[in-house]
Amino acid sequence: MAFVLRALAGGADGVFIGGCWLGECHYVTEGNYDALSMRHLTRKVLELIGINPGRLRLEWISGSEGMRYAEVMNDFGRQLKGFGPIGVGEGLDKETLKLKFQAVSKILPYLKLVERERLRVRFKTEEEYDNFYDSEEVNSLIRELVGEKLAISQITTLLEQNPLSTREISDSLHIKPAEVSRYLNSSARQGLVRYDEEMKRYAVA
Amino acid sequence: MENIIAQKNLVDVLVVGGGISGIQASLDLANSGFKVYLIDKSPAIGGKMSQLDKTFPSNDCSMCIESPKFNECSRHPNITILTYTEVDTVKGKPGNFKVSLIRKPRYVIESKCTGCNICAEYCPVKVSDQYNQNLSTNKAVHIYFSQALPLIPYIDPEACLYLKDGSCAICEGVCKPGAIDLHQEEEIVDLEVGAIVLSPGFDTFNPKLRNDFGYGIFENVVTSLDYERILCSTGPYEGTIRRPSDKVHPHSIAWIQCVGSRQVIPGGNSYCSAVCCAYTQKQVILTKDHDAGMQATIFHNDIRAFGKDFERFYQRAENLPDVRFIRSYVSIGSEDPETRNVSIRYSTLDDGVKEEQFDMVVLSVGLEPPAGFQQIADTFGIELNSHGFCKVNPLNPIETTRPGVFIIGAFQGPLDIPESVAGAGGADALCSNILSYRRGDLSQERVYPPEKDVSEEEIRIGVVTCLCGANIGRVVDTPSVADYAGTLPNVVYSQENLFACSTENAQLIADAIVEHNLNRVVLAACTPRTHEPLFRDTCREAGLNQYFFEFANIREHCSWVHSKDKEGATEKAKDIIRMSVARAAHLEPLQEFQLPMTKIALVVGGGVGGMTSALNMAEVGYETYLLEKASDLGGNARRLHYTLDGVDVQPYLNDLVRKVYRHPRIHVSLDATILDVSGYVGNFVTRVQSEGRIKEILHGVAILATGADEHKPTEYLYGESDRVSTLLELEEKIINGDEAVTGAESMVMIQCVGCRQKDRNYCSRVCCSQSIKNALKLKEINPQIDITIIFRDMRTYGLKEDYYREAADNNIKFIRYEPDGKPVVETATLESGKPGLKITVPDPVLGKMLELEAEQVALAAAVIPSASSQEMAKHFKVAMSPDGFFQEAHVKLRPVDFAADGIFLCGLAHYPKHLSETISQAYGAAGRAINLLTGDSVTASGAVCEVNENDCVSCGACITACTYGAIEFHDTPKGKKATVNPILCKGDGLCNAKCPTQAIRLMHYTDEEIFSQIDASNPDADIDSCRNCPGLGRRQE
Repeated sequence: MAFVLRALAGGADGVFIGGCWLGECHYVTEGNYDALSMRHLTRKVLELIGINPGRLRLEWISGSEGMRYAEVMNDFGRQLKGFGPIGVGEGLDKETLKLKFQAVSKILPYLKLVERERLRVRFKTEEEYDNFYDSEEVNSLIRELVGEKLAISQITTLLEQNPLSTREISDSLHIKPAEVSRYLNSSARQGLVRYDEEMKRYAVA
Repeated sequence: MENIIAQKNLVDVLVVGGGISGIQASLDLANSGFKVYLIDKSPAIGGKMSQLDKTFPSNDCSMCIESPKFNECSRHPNITILTYTEVDTVKGKPGNFKVSLIRKPRYVIESKCTGCNICAEYCPVKVSDQYNQNLSTNKAVHIYFSQALPLIPYIDPEACLYLKDGSCAICEGVCKPGAIDLHQEEEIVDLEVGAIVLSPGFDTFNPKLRNDFGYGIFENVVTSLDYERILCSTGPYEGTIRRPSDKVHPHSIAWIQCVGSRQVIPGGNSYCSAVCCAYTQKQVILTKDHDAGMQATIFHNDIRAFGKDFERFYQRAENLPDVRFIRSYVSIGSEDPETRNVSIRYSTLDDGVKEEQFDMVVLSVGLEPPAGFQQIADTFGIELNSHGFCKVNPLNPIETTRPGVFIIGAFQGPLDIPESVAGAGGADALCSNILSYRRGDLSQERVYPPEKDVSEEEIRIGVVTCLCGANIGRVVDTPSVADYAGTLPNVVYSQENLFACSTENAQLIADAIVEHNLNRVVLAACTPRTHEPLFRDTCREAGLNQYFFEFANIREHCSWVHSKDKEGATEKAKDIIRMSVARAAHLEPLQEFQLPMTKIALVVGGGVGGMTSALNMAEVGYETYLLEKASDLGGNARRLHYTLDGVDVQPYLNDLVRKVYRHPRIHVSLDATILDVSGYVGNFVTRVQSEGRIKEILHGVAILATGADEHKPTEYLYGESDRVSTLLELEEKIINGDEAVTGAESMVMIQCVGCRQKDRNYCSRVCCSQSIKNALKLKEINPQIDITIIFRDMRTYGLKEDYYREAADNNIKFIRYEPDGKPVVETATLESGKPGLKITVPDPVLGKMLELEAEQVALAAAVIPSASSQEMAKHFKVAMSPDGFFQEAHVKLRPVDFAADGIFLCGLAHYPKHLSETISQAYGAAGRAINLLTGDSVTASGAVCEVNENDCVSCGACITACTYGAIEFHDTPKGKKATVNPILCKGDGLCNAKCPTQAIRLMHYTDEEIFSQIDASNPDADIDSCRNCPGLGRRQE
């Protein structure tokens, strides 16, 4: 995930991951199943920070499927052109984009733990992975475990620059004001942020 | 050359013929401690494989996978290569042959020539270029082909003006090093040789002799070998498909199969050449890759897709748009005098006789014994078979009739590349058998200069941009790429190179490393898959740690896929090089591990394959454990009694079993089950339960020969009527004299039962020949019996074709069926009043249902993978193919190796095959195993994981991820910490991705290395701001 984020943060409009078909991995560890799981999680994370998850694509293409590779890449290229340059397509300015990627990268070790504790599954087919990650159970889990952490990470990253009001935070991060205040309350409880009475603004603790 | 003569001419093995089999045999022999002379009559080694464009079924570039081996040979201290050399006489006996070689004059002094090619530029005489099948011209003095080894020209004495009438000597004048010697004379080299390996290869059938299909008259009729050159980027038209008459792109091409093969008329060959079906499919696929709109038509007889993955390959070709496979004999009509198109007459069942014009026609010519085969036989004192191929012992196809002279490659009979390469390993095994007493006496170790310590040096990157002949240079603007590379950070040297992989040019790179004091090398060229070992070695030769080498692939990723967009390809090449240079700056020197070698072998499976390899290794001198799951040795061969080539199997088998039981160095375990396997190459530990006891075997290598099973049919009344048997059951009944079979008046055999279908999409290879074998046997016992074989394609490939003809001559009838019109078997009362079976099958020729009566039906049931193979794959962590057979490391060049080091395969567990083929492959596997066993240690990669214990939080995420079992906790004063066993680590990069604290680094693919590469992918990226992202980078150190 770090590599994908690094590329997107560096200005890439999309990231493509190619792998051997499930069951055909050359390593007995069969890491392509893990890659599939990570693809799902990474796309969810991208969605949470307002990046088009379609910018990350994973396809199974064996060494002998040159034609398929060409087709897939051409298709992905067309798709990305449709999305527009990263950030522009999402309506995010450069600074916000950078901030959002910074915020995700801060919680990467935490995401690895979530993945390990709650999302470490091994199915046989791609469909089962799709169903698992589409399930309400996983979606609410991600909202609760990742969504909040990510939002707080974005807020604290933003506040590191200078103290801001709820409204200002909401505007720069494209998060609803009500949610912002909820996250601010919980981060204040955790001692991550404090309300600066003088400035009438929130600041990092 | 002078110093070659000065050496005492004592040689362990002389390899005669430098095609792929001879090259591989030389490498195997040299690596197992023998001094080898490799000679070839051509001006360069490489053989026919060097003329091919790609190889089936993986479509690897032929030269690209072969040329690294040229290099390996030339760098090997135990291999001396003599080209343009032939054997004059052979005297003596095994261990002490006296061989006299003739070195033909090439009129160039090898030791002085630099391969600069100036002589060819100035030479005024044009000759047709043999390497390009005379489709283009070259000079009277020229280098045989661009990657030739040695990269030294030769003068064609027929064409050279000086040698004809003394009228020209321009080359002598322009050659600065003074390497031209127009007075050179042939030279005799006498050698004392321990053993001889013959690998003279084959020639292709020459259709010019009879003007078959207008070849030699109509310009646009070419042979398949001509067409290989036409397809090839180093060929006459630089890889664009053109036809000879007007050099225009053809839009419709017809292939005609079986040209010169499967013919009994004078001038033809009666046998099947075994490789043409697959190579034609390959050519069709490649042609469609070049030009998607091409109309491709293949006129064929049986499609013989009998090899591993060939059935899928055939389907791939067949399913391409505008590709027609037409089952028809053809005749050439005429050439259109204006368009020079060629018309072909053919007939189909639906449309009758038709005539159609094609822009170009390719004749799929067969394989023949090499030119001068009779002289080869006389010189070496060996016998030939009736076709002029080498006469071999079916129970050891690597032996000739003369002891100490071995035969590999296509002079054994029509063979494809993997079989030739496996044979090379077998030659090593058999030479080891007679020469092990002197192993190592004449050999030398490779010596590298000491590695320089660059840790205190500034980063100095050298970039070499390879043109790959025209492969890259034709599309990518390499001068501008090289200039651009020179501007990148830390780059102090940037040069172009025509063929970086040629031995001479690789030396230039090594020289540049020293001269410019480079401490990182980026090669912008082809693929690390085939060429990385070579260039890592080049670095080592220059005293640089091999992990300071970085490959940028600008051929596959740029010039090949973007051949129509030269500018885009050039820009992409720059991007890729920029990324590689960024990564190179972060590369670290790594050390490889020397692991001790336990000189003991384990063989799993006590069939013919397992026993043959076990016996060979034991005879060569290694303790060998042989495990068999059944209560006696023998395997599937227990059920075989006779073969097409007349072997009485049981006496041979009993003799083999006896030898195995009696050999003091073979330890047989029967009723054996493997409980678990741990360890790695050189140091495996296998726990085995056998006859109530559990023992632990330490071994350095393993050969898996777990065989296969006969499929139990679920159709055609099998299991319901005792008149229906499988082929193996039939053989048993014949040998037991079962009256119902031997006295039957009629018999129907049905082919392809349980394979060549959706769930088993492969051909079982042996069944067609097995059916014919049993049919002929039944005819021999009871000449009155009426036999019909219902088949899809008769796949009696190679020399087995003769028996197919014999069957037809013996009035055995053949009816073809299509998969959607399978025969139906029912019980019935026969015309004679006797009970029997009725078989109904649509007859494609007559176009109606055909009813046959038979007392007996035999089913050619599929060969299916054995359950133990699956089990062994898990224990030894080796790969299986989609069909459940063992997957070799490389289908062409490592046919008996697994990708996992120290584990080899042979026999039916690899793919269905005949007894002779299993034996040959078993020697091949033994040879490869011996290759490792002779060494005192093996080398393991340095690209493995490493744990920083300070950062390890003992979460165990890495341990659960690693099914190789390479990571364990160990106790430290700070508690349990993960530790990686570098020998078990395969560097697959899973654990480091799971580690929440980034305590694990995968060496050679560290986060810094990859991040720098990602950052450099975007030339305008705000890299500094990325670097400052905490957490995105690695923990700040």
